[in-house]
Amino acid sequence: MGPKMLELKFRDKLENQIPGQACCNVPLKNTPAWVSGNIVTPIGSVLRVSSVLSATDYWEHFKCRTTSYRNDYTVNPGLYAVGDPGKNSHVLVTANYKYSFDTLRSELEGLDAWILVLDTKGINVWCAAGKGTFGTAELVKRISAVQLDKVVAHRQVIVPQLGAPGVSAFRVKQTAGFKVLYGPVRAKDVPAYINEGYKATREMRRVKFSLSDRLVLTPMEINPAMKKFPLYAALVLVLFGLSPSGIMFKDAFTGGLPFLFLGLVSVFSGALLTPALLPYVPFRSFAVKGWITGLLSVFLSTKFVPLLNQQNIFLLIVTYLFFPQASSYIALQFTGSTTFTGMSGVKRELRIAIPTYLVSCAVSLILLVMYKFTMWGVI
Amino acid sequence: MKYLLNAATIEIFPEKCTGCGMCMEVCPHEVFTLNNKKAVIQDRDSCMECGACASNCAFSAVAVNKGVGCAAALINSMITGGEPSCDCSGGDKKSNCC
Repeated sequence: MGPKMLELKFRDKLENQIPGQACCNVPLKNTPAWVSGNIVTPIGSVLRVSSVLSATDYWEHFKCRTTSYRNDYTVNPGLYAVGDPGKNSHVLVTANYKYSFDTLRSELEGLDAWILVLDTKGINVWCAAGKGTFGTAELVKRISAVQLDKVVAHRQVIVPQLGAPGVSAFRVKQTAGFKVLYGPVRAKDVPAYINEGYKATREMRRVKFSLSDRLVLTPMEINPAMKKFPLYAALVLVLFGLSPSGIMFKDAFTGGLPFLFLGLVSVFSGALLTPALLPYVPFRSFAVKGWITGLLSVFLSTKFVPLLNQQNIFLLIVTYLFFPQASSYIALQFTGSTTFTGMSGVKRELRIAIPTYLVSCAVSLILLVMYKFTMWGVI
Repeated sequence: MKYLLNAATIEIFPEKCTGCGMCMEVCPHEVFTLNNKKAVIQDRDSCMECGACASNCAFSAVAVNKGVGCAAALINSMITGGEPSCDCSGGDKKSNCC
């Protein structure tokens, strides 16, 4: 029997699962590589998943980190098996963002456990918990939908600690009869947590934000910023090209080029440099951090790229007024990706930052208009 | 790394606290410690207002103005007048961030 036959036979087996079970995985038309079989339980057949990630999984994770591929990367909510779980096996809860699901299963080599996947609309545990989609209501609903009480003899589920903002452990106990044990922050600590009798060390309970944690997030800071770049470039070229006799292409490029370059410098500074150097840039405010990094980046760029040196006083002022604040604005967006910024703090920053940005944009524009007028000999 | 000084809205009501330690267990930033069998805030500036402590306190002894610490979400809510939400582009699948 060749591999093709084996696959067909296996697919047949999957599709012969009893349909209409609210609990379980919808039979899959194309069996993905991460499914390694199925397991018969009191509530029917449950998919067994591999604890080894494939090259495809890694490639998909890379795409999640860099593109909008992440927006539709899901597994079906429900119950899954790892290893050969039974009545007394642990139940580990996770989100239906496939990256989260993969991260969990990849740490369960050698363990026999159930994975209960909540419907979080394809969002990771922590973000979904913030919104409440990874939450008490969904957990209670999912426990009952998969008839967890018939699958396991015990009455406890292990919820990742970062699910806690959405989950109310005492309410889950009251309504579903299952005790919520908060597991460690990181999936890699799950085996140790279980081995220690459901005890997480201080270290396991703390969220970190290392250089690699920060760097891996930067592509999704750079992408949105670069999406706005064509619009910015068009504005710059029109502004510099504009003359009383129409748009001059030569002026647009010779005048506009330094500003286009500095625009890229601002994106680089705000979306990559500031996140990378976050702990080392002085002050706690992200707007200030981004501004400092931006100022230095602009200054160094003009030192090393003679093209960027502005002889005109108006353009020189705009260079230092606009670009560091563009970097500041972009750096401020990173508050949405960090592990430690709170809403009250961001609101406090915005109260000062937004008016500052608006004023400096307006002043920059006025200075550019004045520059144009002096070029045209109007003033 | 810590965020802005004294910005977090977290509050403990000692008279309701039983010292069960649940807030300490769920907090990802070691904001709490136990002092005379009562939870106390030892590190306010590390609080990111995720709300895990408040939603898991069975005695309502912790309160925090929970919300997303995301500039894009807050700017969007200022423009649209809606609640700040992580859905960068309005709650559909096209969302760019978390």
